[in-house]
Amino acid sequence: MTRRPRVLAYALALAALLLLTALAFAVGRFPLALGDLAALAANKLFGAGYAVPPTAENVVMQVRGPRILAALLVGAALAAAGTAYQGMFRNPLVSPDLLGVSAGAALGAVLGIFFSQSVLVIQLGAFAGGLLAVAVVYAVGASVRRHDPVLALILAGVVIGTLFGSMIALLKYLADPYNQLPAITFWLLGSLATISPLDLALAAPFALAGLVPLYLLRWRMNLLSLPDDEARALGVPVARLRLAVVCAATLMTAAAVAISGIIGWVGLLIPHAARLLVGPEFSRLLPLAMLLGAAFLLAVDTLSRTIAPIEVPPGVLTALIGTPFFLWLFASARRAWQ
Amino acid sequence: MAMMFEARALGYGYPGRPVGRGLDLGLDAGEVLCVLGPNGGGKTTLFRTLLGLLPAQAGSVLLEGHALEGMPRGEVARRVGYVPQGHTAQFAFTVREAVLMGRTAHISLFAAPGAADREAADRAIAALGIESLAGRVVTELSGGERQLAVIARALAQGARALVLDEPTASLDFGNQVRVLRQLVRLAAEGYAVVFSTHDPGQAFLAASRVLLIAHGGALRQGTPDEVITSENLRAVYGVEVRVATVDGARACLPVL
Repeated sequence: MTRRPRVLAYALALAALLLLTALAFAVGRFPLALGDLAALAANKLFGAGYAVPPTAENVVMQVRGPRILAALLVGAALAAAGTAYQGMFRNPLVSPDLLGVSAGAALGAVLGIFFSQSVLVIQLGAFAGGLLAVAVVYAVGASVRRHDPVLALILAGVVIGTLFGSMIALLKYLADPYNQLPAITFWLLGSLATISPLDLALAAPFALAGLVPLYLLRWRMNLLSLPDDEARALGVPVARLRLAVVCAATLMTAAAVAISGIIGWVGLLIPHAARLLVGPEFSRLLPLAMLLGAAFLLAVDTLSRTIAPIEVPPGVLTALIGTPFFLWLFASARRAWQ
Repeated sequence: MAMMFEARALGYGYPGRPVGRGLDLGLDAGEVLCVLGPNGGGKTTLFRTLLGLLPAQAGSVLLEGHALEGMPRGEVARRVGYVPQGHTAQFAFTVREAVLMGRTAHISLFAAPGAADREAADRAIAALGIESLAGRVVTELSGGERQLAVIARALAQGARALVLDEPTASLDFGNQVRVLRQLVRLAAEGYAVVFSTHDPGQAFLAASRVLLIAHGGALRQGTPDEVITSENLRAVYGVEVRVATVDGARACLPVL
């Protein structure tokens, strides 16, 4: 692919993101005029003194603002982690929860809900559960010496994920069907409806801390897509690099999942789409995947709060949109699997 | 002057499962060593040990006089290039991008390749005469084209020793000859080359020395004329082979 279409891909993704952001601020149960939004932006950014209705300011600053930022953050984080995992596990069908981060986070959150804890404790439980699950999977995978290390990790992820899934099923069975079960179900389907500025302030540093190593290692990441022996013969200490990337991607995913619940498909679909546009080279792929991930989840979340009188869980929408899109990619794109 | 590639009383294999032992090997610049042996005879295990991908069970390997044991991976990569057996590409990198990965040991951890690395990659591509493939993606190359691209990647490592694991496997006749021609040319330019093959005739064509590995790890080493004999081939492969001279060139003719 020549240079021009690549630049075009970034530019279009950025334009779509900005357009969607403006749209997301404007639409909703309390529609806002674009003029009011522009005036508010000028006031906040440049200290201009335009008159803006206080309700409008409230909606933007307390409700829609955090929610939109959360959609951008979660979308970008899941896409970045998915991009790293697909390259590292040499498989375009891998999603960031391959090593059990979502299963662990879900168990942590469900435990919190089951024991009637506060929202903050539930989120911390999800975050800690996600990290713990991946730590266990990594320890199991690394202790199995006789197998291919990548395969050992994946199998350990599947097994631990299943174990956590059965524990979640048990808790759902035992939970109070009127108070707790709906909350559990809601969490497992993912939602950005109750995001507060505090949630964002807690999640953003962890997501960023995960992104920094991925950005720094952006070229070296390409080497992880080679078989272990080849990468080592080219001078890469593969085991150490893989551990660093697992830590980074897990931190990002756990931070995202802790505030949003489990929103599937983003981390699987978006890296795939980005790879079709700019190829597999990680340093080009990462920024585009993050732009597309942010735009995709923002679009989905905006739909989820506007298409019906009640909120449609975004996890349901990502699957409804993702499945046909994925099938279309699969059927039409010549190199969809690379 | 230290040998480019040296093994001393090398034992290779896995803990509790030795594959071969007592291998002494010395290779200078300009030499081509052909490693022959039956399927499962331990050629790949030997190569992985020579590259430090598998710890030696006994003895030692030296690269340009330096002990391989404990050498950082980056330094190994700057001393010996590796062409693995049957490289399969998963992602659609271009040939230029794939060859550039050969520069890893010259690029610091957080950096991207610079102008000097790009030039080195382009030189490696030119050295193999595959400039026309540079912009193509590796997943769409034929087996022969891909093999040349992987050899270019090994050259881009900047090492003067090359280890190639069955570089002609599953290539058509023309591509086998092209790859062998490159090995001979690289040796003439001062590389020390080690390659394995299932065709003993290739040793006569390309190699200055031969290492023949039998099942159980028994080793024979020497010039092609010394090692490639009917008796030795029968002992190793269990079939009758006539070693003949055709128009001054030696060739192996199996008897059916």
